[in-house]
Amino acid sequence: MFVKKRVAVVGAGLTKFVRRAQETGKELAFEAVRQALDSCNMRIQDIDSVALGSAPDAFDGVHMKGEYLLDGAGAWRKPYSRNFVGGGTGVFSPIHGWFHVASGLYDTCLVVAEEKMSSCLPHPQAAFLTIFDNMIERQLGPNLIWIFALEMQRYMHRHKIPKEQIAQVAVKNKRNALDHPSAQIARAVTLQDILDSEVLAWPVQRLDISPVSDGAAAVILASEDVARRITDSPVWIDGVGWNLDTTYWTNRDLYFPRYVANAARMAYEMAGISNPRKQIDFAEPYDPFDYKELHHMEGLLLCRKGEAPKLTAEGVTERDGRLPICPSGGLLGVGNPIAAAGLMKICELFWQLRGEAGKRQVAGDPRTAVAQAWGDLMQIGTVVVMRS
Amino acid sequence: MDMSSELKVEGDFPIHFRYTAGLAGERFLREIKDNGRLVAARCSKCELNYLPPRIYCERCMSKLEDYVTIASVGTVDTFTVCKQDSDGKDLPQPATVALVRFPSAHGGLVHKVKGEVAIGDKVRVVFREKSKRTGSILDIEHFEKIA
Amino acid sequence: MGTSLKEDDIERQKVLTVAYRPKVKYAWATGIAIGRFLMGLRAGEILGTKCEHCGRVVVPPRTFCEWCFKESNTWVKLPDTGIVNTFSICYITADTTRVKTPLIPAVIGIDSTTNAGFLHLIGGVKPEDVRIDMRVKAVWLDASERKGSITDIKYFTPLK
Repeated sequence: MFVKKRVAVVGAGLTKFVRRAQETGKELAFEAVRQALDSCNMRIQDIDSVALGSAPDAFDGVHMKGEYLLDGAGAWRKPYSRNFVGGGTGVFSPIHGWFHVASGLYDTCLVVAEEKMSSCLPHPQAAFLTIFDNMIERQLGPNLIWIFALEMQRYMHRHKIPKEQIAQVAVKNKRNALDHPSAQIARAVTLQDILDSEVLAWPVQRLDISPVSDGAAAVILASEDVARRITDSPVWIDGVGWNLDTTYWTNRDLYFPRYVANAARMAYEMAGISNPRKQIDFAEPYDPFDYKELHHMEGLLLCRKGEAPKLTAEGVTERDGRLPICPSGGLLGVGNPIAAAGLMKICELFWQLRGEAGKRQVAGDPRTAVAQAWGDLMQIGTVVVMRS
Repeated sequence: MDMSSELKVEGDFPIHFRYTAGLAGERFLREIKDNGRLVAARCSKCELNYLPPRIYCERCMSKLEDYVTIASVGTVDTFTVCKQDSDGKDLPQPATVALVRFPSAHGGLVHKVKGEVAIGDKVRVVFREKSKRTGSILDIEHFEKIA
Repeated sequence: MGTSLKEDDIERQKVLTVAYRPKVKYAWATGIAIGRFLMGLRAGEILGTKCEHCGRVVVPPRTFCEWCFKESNTWVKLPDTGIVNTFSICYITADTTRVKTPLIPAVIGIDSTTNAGFLHLIGGVKPEDVRIDMRVKAVWLDASERKGSITDIKYFTPLK
């Protein structure tokens, strides 16, 4: 694999994640972009290209969401494109931006992710109805939660994981999020709160699920030629990976996300990481549901299959543990405006690796970290490795 | 012929939407509703008054907070005469729609026109009677040619 | 930074909103493979396809094997029995209303396939008695009621 130019993240911005925002999608995008530019004293004229990620148009209810968001995303009369890979979008967006700079084509690329889910009624998850096969699945009256429940059940069954060990992830992340300024309703919960919460589709209960949100995030990428002029502490994107599995999800064993492992291997190889368990200092795997953090820790090869719940129970994944997982508070704690949530994890890596995460700062002197997202029909793994 | 490929399965997409006007849109529509006037957002750096207003300048990405009133008389930039509705059915009467530009504003408004117009015609914005306004773009009734 | 609204703010029109209901309907051509699958269901049969290159037998059937990227033209009649790969006990409907009698969606691994199966429902059994790896059999609608739909199978039920 040959990369022409090393790429750094030099600035980041993040709006609050709220259940329903007054701002339009364009205005949310602008606020994140404005913050990102201010964070490194850049002007929009210094941005050569813009890459934006946003999940289905059906959330915002506008046609061609990428084009709609363009002017709020600072892309007026610039080379601009939008990517969408379901829930994987937030971590695919910096990869999409990375192409622009790593190729040597541009010195800078502004990466934006936005989601306004509150426009969709009766509930944004209804927009996911089309995930189910239009000809032989929708007729059964499915609900998006089925996908998660079926995957969670299979994972729990294969490794004999009790619900309590899974719920522990939600306790940890919601507590971590108390220290995140963007967290919409940061509220610590106990294990019992989760186990007592309403059963929606067993084994999924209400507090296993991250909150639906509106929000936006932005990061600025710069080539090694210019990064050090912009900031004293660029954070390098040293590995990228993405991989997808078949849409015939009923023909796969759901207990392990092989496509996440494939994406991780691609990113680790590029970053020169041969032993992720030792060489990764902390990780932000995608956690739309609590069991997903565990599923993805294993997919990211950070531990053996079935080992993630034990590590959580032992406190290894706490902020002061040996391998902090989701120190940001993740989607469970901060909120889940799909694409923006994934890019929020990239922002977290950026701030942590510069020692700027404040109360969320993980112990030790983290140098290498990985962020990952995952999408919709359990198909995509998107992985980014960053180093300070 | 393989009849199986002729089969069709029907379905729909049962979602609907509620859009917020947004920060700038809220101000724009409230000025129409409460004061019967048009406002634009001013970028003093680029010296542009954006109509409809927005909270950012797309050129310099400054945050825009100043609103200026735009006189409700403009010029027809382009127009079209519609004979059918959005379902393709004939309208009882043809309807004219125009893009109208306003001096000192960057941008313009698209709306219905009463009567006939030509490009370059001066038109006035006719607002609905105040008690009937709801905070919608339809609080503007139409453009009307100034004799 | 993200101005938070409450549902109340919208109902009492403290902020302005616009409602829109798209009028959108679809009539999807089933395509060759699913067309034949649905006709098979109407006849009371579950059909699959075999890839002559890698030997996989799969359901739902497809005109090409996505692993080998080669055409699949061999059709196979499959048993209407299988095992439960995974399942859920679901108390909410598609639009999030709560129901007392849960639906039991499951991925049924169909016998005689290469780890293949499809989404369906489990019925005729108490939710608490459902287990992964349970053996199940399809319960069909009467021939006169079947119309070429996945719902021509009412549900799968445990084999005693």
